[in-house]
Amino acid sequence: MKLKKNIAVSESGFLFDPNTGDSFSVNETGKKIIELLKEEKTDDEIIKWFAENYEIDKLTFENNFYDFAAVLQNYHLTE
Amino acid sequence: MEEKLKYERPVITKINAGMPDKFGMQAKMPVITEIDEIPVKKLIEQYGSPSFIISEKTIRKTFNEAKRAFTSRYPKVQFAWSYKTNYLNAICKIYHSEGSWAEVVSGFEYDKAVANGIPGNKIIFNGPDKSKEDLIKATENGSYIHIDHFDELYELLSVSEKLEKRPKVAIRVNMDTGVYPQWDRFGFNYENGEAWNALNRIMMSEKMDLVGLHTHIGTYMMTPAPYAVAASKLAELAVRIERKFNHKIKYIDMGGGFASKNTLKGAYLPGKDTCPTFDQYAEAISGALINSDLDPNEMPTLFLETGRALIDDAGYIIGSVLANKRLADGRRSMIIDTGVNILFTSFWYEHEIYPAKEAGSHSEDTTIYGPLCMNIDIIRSAVKFPLLQKGDNYVIKRVGAYNMTQWMQFITLRPKIVLIDTKGKTHIIRENETNESLTSHEKIPDYLK
Repeated sequence: MKLKKNIAVSESGFLFDPNTGDSFSVNETGKKIIELLKEEKTDDEIIKWFAENYEIDKLTFENNFYDFAAVLQNYHLTE
Repeated sequence: MEEKLKYERPVITKINAGMPDKFGMQAKMPVITEIDEIPVKKLIEQYGSPSFIISEKTIRKTFNEAKRAFTSRYPKVQFAWSYKTNYLNAICKIYHSEGSWAEVVSGFEYDKAVANGIPGNKIIFNGPDKSKEDLIKATENGSYIHIDHFDELYELLSVSEKLEKRPKVAIRVNMDTGVYPQWDRFGFNYENGEAWNALNRIMMSEKMDLVGLHTHIGTYMMTPAPYAVAASKLAELAVRIERKFNHKIKYIDMGGGFASKNTLKGAYLPGKDTCPTFDQYAEAISGALINSDLDPNEMPTLFLETGRALIDDAGYIIGSVLANKRLADGRRSMIIDTGVNILFTSFWYEHEIYPAKEAGSHSEDTTIYGPLCMNIDIIRSAVKFPLLQKGDNYVIKRVGAYNMTQWMQFITLRPKIVLIDTKGKTHIIRENETNESLTSHEKIPDYLK
């Protein structure tokens, strides 16, 4: 999954899409995913990173991650 | 090993600019982690998911609030527990222990009240469905029979000719109280003179004792004013009977219909903000009776049959999330293990549902479905709800009225009902269904065996 290049995210979790003028708010874990996507990490790398750093098992996170990805796609934030 | 970070499901929410509503936005959904100080998680481990939980403490507290509201305004008040609202024996017995009589609407409910130890002369028998046998039994037991229609009146006249005891009767009166819809399917109409006609026939028959007048003006009445209109009209009938027949009726039964704090579908404001208090209902009814032409030295007893408002708050459903799904347009949906078959009231209420543990401060617009493979199984069509994981627990509030009587066995088996007593001890008051208990009523013809 690739995030659109010009998406901006602030430290407080405010996300802005200059293509549409839409703004969004993300929680801490959502922000981390956005940051990792901006670093062009692959889906597998993100899932592995979360399972290592958060109190969550890999399968549950994978399920949550693809659900989150579906929402990003629905909001046209991905390429 | 380095400590891991606390996890919360990733959430992204679109910020919609525009006019916020005048109540502001709820920053965070509250959670209900325990009921009467017992953790929800523990209740689910012990009794299964889902389970109905009833708080005896809340039942008694609410009952006493209602009682105080009326007894502080009117000299003689008698509550009668509306069996159809929740006729689990344990629940009925709690109300009876608080001094409530029984208000029943069928032979089945009548027998239940008798089995619960209620003497016949403390049973009010309402409703359009009383068989000849029911009428004989109620007459012999000295119960108060509230006549619903002329066919019943004549059947009772015919029955009373063969009995030694005289039936103690009231008539149910329907009327225009200024609310829509006007309930006219039960009882005799006031405005067109039918009620007066029925009262005359009872008095002239000399075979029955006219002891009361009854009305029940509607359900989920969101304003107390119509009760004042109804009480005035019944008082007027009582005064007319006394003038014409020199006969005093003993009670005026104002029925029930008081709203609970649940929010009706389509309501703009939440029910907890719009529901009248017991004091407001009591003020309307007592005021109208006291200001009527009734003899102040011999006021009739005021009977009340409110059910919903007394028990809704005491009931909870606790259960678990079965799955989260995305709908075709990206909206979130959550499937829980409570369906409309056990939460019948979800057809007309926007039931309040809460997570049973901290779930973060972000919510998403969510449709909450029940577990049934049926399109109509929707518990909440649109609610801001935090993202729970499969297996997480939830609590649905205010389910004490009607669900445990109107529920149906459909696709899944009905769960346990658990009472938390005033000391915090739990008791199963209705076992969950099993395949065996359910199929024990079925029979297979020999040729299919």
